[in-house]
Amino acid sequence: MNKPPLLEALGLNVCYGASHVLRGVDFRVAPGETVSVLGRNGMGKTTLLRTLMGLVAPKSGEIRLGGVSIVGWRASAIARAGVGFVPEGRGIFPNLTVEENLVFAARPGANGRRDWTREALFDLFPRLAERRGAWGDQLSGGEQQMLTIGRALMSNPSLLLVDEATEGLAPLARDDIWRTLGLIAGRGVAIVIVDKNLDDLKALCRRHVILVKGQIVFEGTADGLVAQDEFVRSQLGL
Amino acid sequence: MSLILVQILNGLQYGLLLFLAASGLTLVFGILGVINLAHGSFYMLGAYAALTLTARFGDIFVALAAGVPLAFLFGAAIEWLFIRHLYKRDHLQQVLVTFALILMFDEAQQTLWGNYPESIPTPSYLSSSISLTSDLGYPVYRIALMTICVLLAIAMMFVIQRTRFGRLVRAAESNPEMVEALGFDSRILFRIVFAAGVAMAAAAGILAAPVESAYPGIGDRVLITSFVVVVIGGIGSIRGAFLGSLLIGLVDAFGKVFVPKFASVLIYALMAIVLVLRPSGLFGRQ
Repeated sequence: MNKPPLLEALGLNVCYGASHVLRGVDFRVAPGETVSVLGRNGMGKTTLLRTLMGLVAPKSGEIRLGGVSIVGWRASAIARAGVGFVPEGRGIFPNLTVEENLVFAARPGANGRRDWTREALFDLFPRLAERRGAWGDQLSGGEQQMLTIGRALMSNPSLLLVDEATEGLAPLARDDIWRTLGLIAGRGVAIVIVDKNLDDLKALCRRHVILVKGQIVFEGTADGLVAQDEFVRSQLGL
Repeated sequence: MSLILVQILNGLQYGLLLFLAASGLTLVFGILGVINLAHGSFYMLGAYAALTLTARFGDIFVALAAGVPLAFLFGAAIEWLFIRHLYKRDHLQQVLVTFALILMFDEAQQTLWGNYPESIPTPSYLSSSISLTSDLGYPVYRIALMTICVLLAIAMMFVIQRTRFGRLVRAAESNPEMVEALGFDSRILFRIVFAAGVAMAAAAGILAAPVESAYPGIGDRVLITSFVVVVIGGIGSIRGAFLGSLLIGLVDAFGKVFVPKFASVLIYALMAIVLVLRPSGLFGRQ
């Protein structure tokens, strides 16, 4: 990585009670970079994203966003500093309409830019434009996922944390999500994505890390994943 | 016919007052996740504030205008002092702390205002009655009370349904963590919601004071009935609280006339029936 990191976590340790979930994780994301976090269930992927988002407090370690320490910041402050969050399970607001969900978090980015507007989002997701008056819980799984991604973009983040965005979706809807994430990455938004679809992740992401029992055991490019195919497959249970 | 008309009005009046009290309880339960047993105390304090403020300013509506902002500030202080510590604790601890608040407020009430019921005067310009039929009148103050309650209910629903703050409240009701992750400080939102709930309960207590006086324990009855409203309407639902309050008001009013010994039984029977048919209440989410 030549560029200074947009986000940097150093020696991150996270515990849930007696359970040590992240063990000294070092993790960096450059501006505009796409990074996948791979691993079997329960290895700490979601915890890593939630910790970076400020929803889980680390026991020790440092997290810097744009060079500024954000340990101890509330999630709302981290969001306002330019981090968007697409949670596992989507987290849409079922009692708000599609349009209300979208305008909910609308604000200029930390850099003052407003690239993602409601109109831009409706261009990106024409299906949401058609369903703008529908309640969140009236949407299909794919539509809900589009809405969750769109809602996160409305805050014009410089970094998007995406947790299992394609889980439980039909193949066509899944393809839509991957295509959209590619477009978003193409607009310069850095993305950290947790997912299980290795081939799609290889196509989208420049860099990949594998978490095993809360520790990073692999960090490299898609070519690196291919080169260590046997090791990767054993770690991912493929 | 006259009897039915009067009971409809009495039921609506009781239901609308109940809505003001219960709306705060349902929002606090639905958004903050706190079972606030002390909610009835704010109704009681509103009634006693009406006593003091009416004596000071001479008019119940001035008392209302002064009392509601004071109640909001008082609610914000109570949230900061006690309630905010309960958000991540289990319901048993919430019940114990808010029960302690009930005892605290009851003791304060007895120290400040004594143990006897106190009547609050109706404004002289509203002390007459209007004729509903040739032989039946209805107090003007009660009509005014219902009008104010309806206006407050409309204002609350407008805020909830049509404003940015209302979107925040509705979003927090379904997923407060996500609201935080989208850049909104839930501490501020929770404090405003709690304080608004206290203000609404106090407003109900102030408005009801000329009709039912201020007396020790007045908040306990309101608390229990408000919980029934929350269960019937669905936790966190303002629309549900509105419909549930009116249903309870009407059932209570007609029950007192037709089956006086069982009027209160009917309210709880209504709750049981709603729970059997719709376990999450009329407007609650599964």
